[in-house]
Amino acid sequence: MRPRGLRVRLVLAFVLVTVIGAVAAAWASYGSARGSMVDEAQQRATDEIRRRVAAVTADLTYPPDQGALDRLRAAVGAPALVTYGSLSSAEGTGLGLLTGELRAEVRDREALVFQRVTSDEGPRLLVGTPVMRTSVDGARAPSGIEVYAVRDLTPTQQRIDASAEAAVRTSALALPLAIVLALFAAGGVLRPVRELGGTARRLADGDLDARLRVRGSDELAELSATFNHMAAELQDSVDELRRMEADSRRFVADVSHELRTPLTTLTAVAEVLEGEAQRMTPDARESTLLAVEETRKLTRLVEDLIEVSRFDSGTASLRREQVWVRRAVEDCLRARGLLDQVELDAPDDVTAVLDRRRLDVLVANLVGNAFTHGRPPVLVRLRADDEQVEVTVVDHGPGLPEGGRHRVFERFYKADAARTRSEGSGLGLALALENARLHGGDVVAGDEPGAGARFVATLRRFPREDT
Amino acid sequence: MAQVLLIEDDPAIRRSLGMALGRHGHRVRAAETGEDGLRQSRAERPEVVVLDLMLPGIDGFEVCRRLRADSGVPIIMVTARGDDFDVVSGLEAGADDYVVKPVEPRVLDARIRAVLRRGVAEPQRVETHAGLVLDRGGMTVAKDGEPVTLTPTELRVLLELSRTPGQVLSRQQLLESVWEHDYLGDSRLVDNCVQRLRAKIETDPASPVFVQTVRGFGYRFGPV
Repeated sequence: MRPRGLRVRLVLAFVLVTVIGAVAAAWASYGSARGSMVDEAQQRATDEIRRRVAAVTADLTYPPDQGALDRLRAAVGAPALVTYGSLSSAEGTGLGLLTGELRAEVRDREALVFQRVTSDEGPRLLVGTPVMRTSVDGARAPSGIEVYAVRDLTPTQQRIDASAEAAVRTSALALPLAIVLALFAAGGVLRPVRELGGTARRLADGDLDARLRVRGSDELAELSATFNHMAAELQDSVDELRRMEADSRRFVADVSHELRTPLTTLTAVAEVLEGEAQRMTPDARESTLLAVEETRKLTRLVEDLIEVSRFDSGTASLRREQVWVRRAVEDCLRARGLLDQVELDAPDDVTAVLDRRRLDVLVANLVGNAFTHGRPPVLVRLRADDEQVEVTVVDHGPGLPEGGRHRVFERFYKADAARTRSEGSGLGLALALENARLHGGDVVAGDEPGAGARFVATLRRFPREDT
Repeated sequence: MAQVLLIEDDPAIRRSLGMALGRHGHRVRAAETGEDGLRQSRAERPEVVVLDLMLPGIDGFEVCRRLRADSGVPIIMVTARGDDFDVVSGLEAGADDYVVKPVEPRVLDARIRAVLRRGVAEPQRVETHAGLVLDRGGMTVAKDGEPVTLTPTELRVLLELSRTPGQVLSRQQLLESVWEHDYLGDSRLVDNCVQRLRAKIETDPASPVFVQTVRGFGYRFGPV
């Protein structure tokens, strides 16, 4: 969503700048065009009036009579007004626009004065000039005759309007061009930004090989290079961490394997000692039985560790075969002397294609957990549909520890810190979960209302077609 | 009870396992290397060989192959890893059974007794099935008049299957009757043994007549 917002903002900014620029340019050019056109029209009009007045004044006699004034007015051309004292000669419309102020100015300044006004009929140029008289000594003085003329500026205004229109049209043409350019520029800026976003997402999703292409040498290229550098550093760190984790897991696997050799000896010796225990002194007997018991626990721990490291290294494999699930569960419980202690609720006829040994590990660990961390009665319920086999183990203990729904599956998770040792290896539930997952299933821990903890393992009943 | 040859390079295991098996009544001789094991095997003719796979010099797989080349002596291999690779390779090399370290001597003892029982003759009876002559009393097999050499395990599988011709035995049933394994027996033991058996008695092992596979269930003898 962000890049789209950015694109809109960029385009808007471009359009705004373009509009302001175009309007300013049009305004400026309109202003100057208008000024020069008006000036030119004024100049022409005033020059014309000056010329016409000059042509007539030479033949004037003073004081002029009405006829002279009429001749002068005719020479200037309508609409015009010529005054001399109380005499005046007028012709044409719009003479009412000539104000007293204009007349006073003409009289005071003794020079040509003009004024632009906008009347109801349109723009008008008002021109007023005193007729100067040259005396015999060459001095010029106002003769007292004043000539006023009104000139129509409409054609000029029309030309100005036309040029303004042209300016607006040009600006309007610039607008789509600006949008196109803005989109281009936005694309140029946003493509790298989008790529950056996409690459960052790929990195976040775990594709640590994701890199940006560095193009050109601008700020975006620099940003891309910095980003790539960061990604490389990240990859190095992650690689290092993974290597360390793999090393430590391999170390655990190696140690576990190495322990098998001395454990083989210990197991053999323990069995010999156990056979002799009855003939020993009480102290020696107790020591022997302790050693035997601890050897068995150690063996179990090492075997579970090796099994866990198989899952860690991805070498755990499924050997699926047809299994009568109820019988497999019964065999599992019987082998551990638990068949009589568990309430089994299972249909007889459920078959599935599972790894028999892994199913055994799963059931044994869930039931073992129910007895060590929960309390009897322990219920094992088996259900199946076309897709899945579901094994539920419910105990009547205190239920899951606080916040333990997920943590119980952690390796060596201890709900109660004071309880440092238990029957199992501490890996039982973790292994149960791994075995369920290997079957395309899961184990979910929860509390059974009216009872204790409940573990529900689901296993894919048949292998997927493609595997 | 039995003459056992224990081929194991670790001295502590050799000593302790030998002692423990001795207490189960076996006469145990030990060899430290594969070469020594092969030599002792030829000289002493043990009834069972317990063979560690990880040996210096020639490894357990090779020892297994060489033993098989000239003898049907039951071989129980001891794998340190319990990995599929070891098990499959060991079985292909001709081992009859396997245990995983650390093994309990009583379990190993049970396996030894089980392999030995495979060689025990049944009440004398000779059967002929389309050119295949089974002498249950003499524990011999002949195909088209030619004697066929089977290991005790192969022979026992053949005898179990041929006891009820045309009837399917599951791998699990065979594991329990021939190998005397519990419910978690490894069905690859059966498959591997059947393969070797077919190679010896079938005219065309790829389309077997005597030992037929019933997909998803197990094996059956015939019908011939």
